[in-house]
Amino acid sequence: MSNLKNLITRKFFAAGKLNRTFSYLLVIIGYLLLQSLSNAGALTSHFSSLLVPLTSYIVIAIALNLTVGFSGELSLGHAGFMGVGAFSAVIVSGLLTPYLPSAPLRLIVAMLAGAIVSAIFGALIGIPVLKLEGDYLAIVTLAFNQIIKTVINSIYLGYDNNGIQFSFVNNKISLGPGAVTILKGPIGANGIKRISTFTAGFVLILITLLIVYNLINSRKGRAIMACRDNRIAAESVGINVMHVKLEAFIISAALAGAAGALYGLNYSTLTPAKFDYNLSIMILVYVVLGGLGNIAGTIISTSILYILPEQLRFLQDYRMIIYAVVLIGIMLITNNDWFRYQLARLSRKLKRRRKKAKGGAGND
Amino acid sequence: MTKMVEYPSGAIVPERDIGYRPVLEALHLGIDFGGLTAVDDFNLIVGKTEIAGLIGPNGAGKTTVFNLLTKVYQPTRGTILLDGQDTSKMTTVDANRAGIARTFQNIRLFNNLSVEDNVKVAMSKDFSYTTLGGILRLPRYYRQEEEAHQKALELLRIFDMQDLAETAAGNLPYGAQRRLEIVRALATKPKLLLLDEPAAGMNPVETEELMNNIRKIRDDFKIAVMLIEHDMKLVMGICEGIAVLNYGRIIAKGTPEQIRCNPTVIEAYLGSNREV
Repeated sequence: MSNLKNLITRKFFAAGKLNRTFSYLLVIIGYLLLQSLSNAGALTSHFSSLLVPLTSYIVIAIALNLTVGFSGELSLGHAGFMGVGAFSAVIVSGLLTPYLPSAPLRLIVAMLAGAIVSAIFGALIGIPVLKLEGDYLAIVTLAFNQIIKTVINSIYLGYDNNGIQFSFVNNKISLGPGAVTILKGPIGANGIKRISTFTAGFVLILITLLIVYNLINSRKGRAIMACRDNRIAAESVGINVMHVKLEAFIISAALAGAAGALYGLNYSTLTPAKFDYNLSIMILVYVVLGGLGNIAGTIISTSILYILPEQLRFLQDYRMIIYAVVLIGIMLITNNDWFRYQLARLSRKLKRRRKKAKGGAGND
Repeated sequence: MTKMVEYPSGAIVPERDIGYRPVLEALHLGIDFGGLTAVDDFNLIVGKTEIAGLIGPNGAGKTTVFNLLTKVYQPTRGTILLDGQDTSKMTTVDANRAGIARTFQNIRLFNNLSVEDNVKVAMSKDFSYTTLGGILRLPRYYRQEEEAHQKALELLRIFDMQDLAETAAGNLPYGAQRRLEIVRALATKPKLLLLDEPAAGMNPVETEELMNNIRKIRDDFKIAVMLIEHDMKLVMGICEGIAVLNYGRIIAKGTPEQIRCNPTVIEAYLGSNREV
């Protein structure tokens, strides 16, 4: 009987092996399905254009779940890291175009650059911010989001035959022959070579899943969750809480940066205003509705909540009302005891079947 | 009954620990919160394998002493020597690594982690693979995780909890949560184990079992144990040296027999005749 209670109260599908298998299957099957549909020409061009942003949002939502769900820090600034990643990637891709004509290779380099720059920002922001807790952390990350956006808003960058020119003031930049402008302040970047592909997004999701699942099932992941559950107890058993939280934050920022790079290189124009707190909140909604600490849930909720409003465009003004109703519905259903019990029963059945398949006798 | 020997300084330790460096030497330890002196002039020596008791009426400052020793609070005055090493200026984390581990009066487990993971979290001394090594799953990861798994089960076996390894810690019954806290503290390989009311909420049978287990832990791990407890049967039954705290000061030190008949202690617990 205690086992039953255990299953009901325990977070369904937590970070266990079942969740991991499910996530990988979901992503792989989803990719194969959408890719074959797309090849068969069964997808509208509008729907096809949603695929790359979708993969990018899935990655950043998983990254945010690492911070909010596993590390227990409410960050409202992840769109900032996405923006840093996106514009770093646009700059790197823009500068490398003459030297690295191969688009996939340039995409990889740009995504790495996005991840690294974003990780550096993550460290710079994380060191002061992670000393705070709860609401204060949320407020400060929100502010950093705005700061990052404002800074990108005022960058003018371009190159000509003489080299790279960079300024925070528009008229200081005077490009000679062979000029290419990459960033134009609030206008952002124009004429970006669109090199992101759905396959690249798919691979990035797989890498993200690998990193996050392996991380949380390692000693560091246990420490991250221990700090979330009880900070004082974690310190008392020799865990450096600040260090552990910072590490999780940096990894999360790096993944968000890579997602931003994928996102940025999917559009021919990109404005800094895109990466404001609205985007941060939207991603947080994906994470919370998918379940804190539940990666498979994050993937599902992101897919539904991103595609749905886009597909409801024919409803025009009623679109966001339907979206709101869906959000409320999901919240009510997932907090319903009966529903949770059924889910728990299902997961127990699956576990039993797996144990039997292994041939080992179960403990109960 | 253990024979206790008195040092010239007045401190007493078990006879078998003479010749070894005491695991804990607290010298003139004190802390003020604003104008309030919570603990003052706390002097205590705990022998290498002693089971020591810290008792006193409610609000006497017992848990504050534990918080000072584990550096949750920074002492205003005094020195703490842990196995000869000065820990007075260390952080909680470093003090733990230096060899002091504790349990909490109000249980503090990692509720969403499994019992086994609770123990593994505390075993950082047994791991050497890095974050990247964990993400890339290098061979060292598999080797150390397997070793840690075996070791965690072995530690859980002390309290016969190995079958609960996969249960979420927050779902354990109260008594089991207390025992898990002790296992978790032991997993950090301490030299001195501090137990804050380990028998709280336990029935007499469980308490009896706990007493045997504390002795067993001391004998198997060759460590010192210091405990705060209100259950006098447990304190008088297993402690070799007892210190009594009242209003932040030690009012008596001695063997259980000495404490039992000490008039100052009786007065602190029951009040003096004049008040009655």
